[in-house]
Amino acid sequence: MSLEQEVEMMRQIPLFARIAPAMQKLLCFGSERLTYDPGQDLVKIGEMADAAYVIIDGKAEVSVPGPNGPVVVNSLGKNEVIGEIAIFIDLPRTATVTATTRIEALRISKDLFINVVRQNPDAAIELIRVLAMRLANTTQQLIKSTAARK
Amino acid sequence: MERSLFRYILRFSRRDQLLIVPLVVASMVLYFLSLDLPKTIINVPIQGRGFPDPDSTVRFLQLTLNLPEFLGGAWPLFGGFSLERMPYLLVLSLAFLGLIVANGLLKFQINTMKGWMGERMLRRLRYALVDHILRFPLARFRRIKSAELATMVKDEVEPLGGFVGEALITPLFLGGQALTALVFIVYQHIYLGMIAVVMVAVQAGIIPKMRRRLLTLAKQRQLTARQLAGRIAEVSDGAVEIHAHDTSNFERADVAARLGRMFRIRFEYYQRKFLIKFINNFLSQLTPFLFYTVGGYLVIVGRLDIGALVAVIAAYKDLPTPVKELIDWDQQRLDVQIKYTQVMEQFIVDDLIPAEQQAVIDRPALPTQGKICGSNLSLVDESGSKVLDGVSFEVDLASHVAIVGRPDSGRSELAQVLARLVPPSSGTVTIGEIDMTRAPEAVTGRALAYVGATSYLFPTSVRENLVYGLKHRPVREAGYEGEALKEREFQLREAQRTGGTTLDVDADWVDYESAGVSNAETLEERILDVLKVVELEGPMFEHGLRSAIEPDRGGELRERLLGAREAMRERLVSMGMQEWVERFDPARYNRNASLAENLLFGAPVGKAFDVENLAANPYVMQVLEETGLTADLLSVGQQLAATMVELFSDLPPGHEFFERYSFIRHEDLPNVKAILARASEFGLQGIGAPERMQLLGLPFKLVSARHRLGLIDEALEGRVLEARRYFATRLPENLRRSVEFFDPTRYTSAASLQDNILFGKIVSGQANAAERIGELLRHVLGELGLRPLVVRIGLDYQVGVGGARLPASERQKIALARALLKRPALLILDQALGVLDPASQTAVSRKIREERKEAGIVWVLQRADQAEHVHSILVLERGRLAEQGEFEKLKQTGQALNKLLKEG
Repeated sequence: MSLEQEVEMMRQIPLFARIAPAMQKLLCFGSERLTYDPGQDLVKIGEMADAAYVIIDGKAEVSVPGPNGPVVVNSLGKNEVIGEIAIFIDLPRTATVTATTRIEALRISKDLFINVVRQNPDAAIELIRVLAMRLANTTQQLIKSTAARK
Repeated sequence: MERSLFRYILRFSRRDQLLIVPLVVASMVLYFLSLDLPKTIINVPIQGRGFPDPDSTVRFLQLTLNLPEFLGGAWPLFGGFSLERMPYLLVLSLAFLGLIVANGLLKFQINTMKGWMGERMLRRLRYALVDHILRFPLARFRRIKSAELATMVKDEVEPLGGFVGEALITPLFLGGQALTALVFIVYQHIYLGMIAVVMVAVQAGIIPKMRRRLLTLAKQRQLTARQLAGRIAEVSDGAVEIHAHDTSNFERADVAARLGRMFRIRFEYYQRKFLIKFINNFLSQLTPFLFYTVGGYLVIVGRLDIGALVAVIAAYKDLPTPVKELIDWDQQRLDVQIKYTQVMEQFIVDDLIPAEQQAVIDRPALPTQGKICGSNLSLVDESGSKVLDGVSFEVDLASHVAIVGRPDSGRSELAQVLARLVPPSSGTVTIGEIDMTRAPEAVTGRALAYVGATSYLFPTSVRENLVYGLKHRPVREAGYEGEALKEREFQLREAQRTGGTTLDVDADWVDYESAGVSNAETLEERILDVLKVVELEGPMFEHGLRSAIEPDRGGELRERLLGAREAMRERLVSMGMQEWVERFDPARYNRNASLAENLLFGAPVGKAFDVENLAANPYVMQVLEETGLTADLLSVGQQLAATMVELFSDLPPGHEFFERYSFIRHEDLPNVKAILARASEFGLQGIGAPERMQLLGLPFKLVSARHRLGLIDEALEGRVLEARRYFATRLPENLRRSVEFFDPTRYTSAASLQDNILFGKIVSGQANAAERIGELLRHVLGELGLRPLVVRIGLDYQVGVGGARLPASERQKIALARALLKRPALLILDQALGVLDPASQTAVSRKIREERKEAGIVWVLQRADQAEHVHSILVLERGRLAEQGEFEKLKQTGQALNKLLKEG
């Protein structure tokens, strides 16, 4: 798959959809196209976040360590973005992402991502929207679980 | 060293000066004769005096000894030759030529001797100055800038060399000349003589007075110039601070102010200098005026005959030149004297380390066992406060001792006193029977090793830095033969003559015995061991992998690395990872390599085939043209340019993406846009040659797999392979050395070790491929037993100025290894591990303790809790020894230690 196809894919992802076309292309051009074998980790818990990933093809699962080994908390597939929030704060990764099938992914390095967001207010707003949605979801869950306990 | 320049010159060059005097006298005699001979030539053969008729002859070279009458009068010594008029003219003319040539040769000899003498003195002086620098106590270096020292030794004493030759000869010569003329004038007429004497006296009286201001200015001029040198060094040393704080304009202003001051000084200097010149000339010209008026008056009133007046004026002609030159000489003398004095002021110091303390001692008695006794050690710092106050202790030489205390407790100072880097103000340190405070450096520098918090590395290879601590004296003479032997003997003679050392820097100085080994090979092994102790073996291995082996070295290693190439290939296959490295294959296009690499199929050597100028290389152009690639690449270049313009046009100039991702610099974008516009209008054939060249140059850096632009299709790949074959087979003779072709069966000298083993490119699409391949590579090299050889190559790595090409932690580890390598009786570590990360601090300190199980360590620790592994500790409080003993015991009973532990 060439750069053109990657750009096409990127347009499908809400986070990047509103970015100017030249910038979308630059984002792809500046990224690394990587292949992961099943079982290989894209992101490891505890490591510093230096990049975000976009899954072009394949599946991955998100896990956190539990008392009896890792607990899978989420699964990811095509066109999903990994770690786009973590690269804005200098904190270690909070979960591990492992390929469950062969994965094709774009690795967008931290400064490339930040630079592109800086050039594109629309992308920044989209990012805030994604964050706000997650916060709303988390709040909802918190309310539910607090209510359930009472 | 002498404070007075003249005393210095006399003391060291009297013999040489005296040797020149007879030559000068001889030269004056010849000069006089060459002035006198023309008179004879004109009077006798030309005007015919003494040749009354055509057949007359004169005697030539008739020598007669004129004795007084009572001894018998004239004695003919040699009858001479009889010569007719024409031959006589010829002979006299030839004699004149001979005199001139002889005088020229004499002058040549005098000048050469003067030059030699000056250079010898300069050499002696410079050597003495550097010798002094080597003997400065360390505290002095805090007050003096290194660049200023360098300027003094290099520039400020330079004019001295020129002056030494003139120092005594010139005043003798000119003074003699002037005096003769003066005496002659006085002899002719006493009044006129008095006039001349008075005028010369006025000149000699006024000029030096006027010069006094000049001297002050010259002094200021020298000081400001020296400070400028120091300031420039500060600008370079403080470059980081200047950029980090945006102070470059402050520095500019500072330098401008200094240059302004220098200009002011020089301005006044020149003004005065030329004023003095004017007055001097005026006084010289005033004398003839007086001669004409006074002398003329005397002639008119009849008290002087006209012949004498003419003779006086003629004689006076010869007076101003030597007097003027003498005054110039005096000017130069003062100038040089000032330079000399100002340099000496910096170098004549009371606290110089005595020369005997640095004497070369072949095998000094070194302390090997016993106790380290510090008795009543006190140290007063420059401000007069007591940093150490009556510290006394006694510990086993072979034990591990920690010194703990607050940063201002005097702990570092105590370590430096123990290492004899700083002499104590009072008290002594003895080790065994030896008084270390008075021992020569041959003892302290071999028995003790000191590593401080930061260390200096010399700008050579890592290996040279490691063995630096073993170079106390030349151990094995260098062998000289033929011309080299003659040169060495010459250098030795000159060194002896100018008070320099006769030790040979080209001898082998590395003292194997000191390192506990017997030869170069075992030393290498020992170095590897020490590297492991300080955890430097890994980094050196990495340096080795990234280095290329010098073409003339490592014959056997190359063979074995080719073996590693094969082993690595097999290993990748057996692990199913063969796809991770795309190997160089003569018959295939490598999609993980650039187009340039694919075309050359080799590593460029030098600039000819460097990727930046590839498109401009006439041979490459020919290859592209002949194989029909030009049109293809132009079209790829055009598409690539269009993509770049699309991607990068909206970015502001200087954006970091240009540097990282773009094939085109921002400033070239408008130009490229214009080329593209023209190309779309007139076609690629319709644009000019320079534009075509620019487009043609773009695709060479293109790596298909990484850039994913889909610009190089399989058909084009095939044509590049054709061009590759064409390139190799028709490569002209003169370019053969500019490229080293990849060959699966040969080692490529121009490529790094790692590239040689992989013989291909790590594929860019495989996640973590670089790390995993690297791991595998290290593993394979380890299995083949090649690791130590690679580490050795790594030891050739050049550390850069002050070790700047290495991270601080590696610099410090090299300093530690250097100290361990010479096996000192006592190793003194003054917070030496501070720059390492906590994990390596623990590991390295454990390994150092292990390495020196039987030998002593004195360890200044940053934190008291690090002291748990040593045998005993000394707790310092404000320069006093508060407690000493075992860590565990003190932990229970010691107040000072517990206070420190609580502070953490």
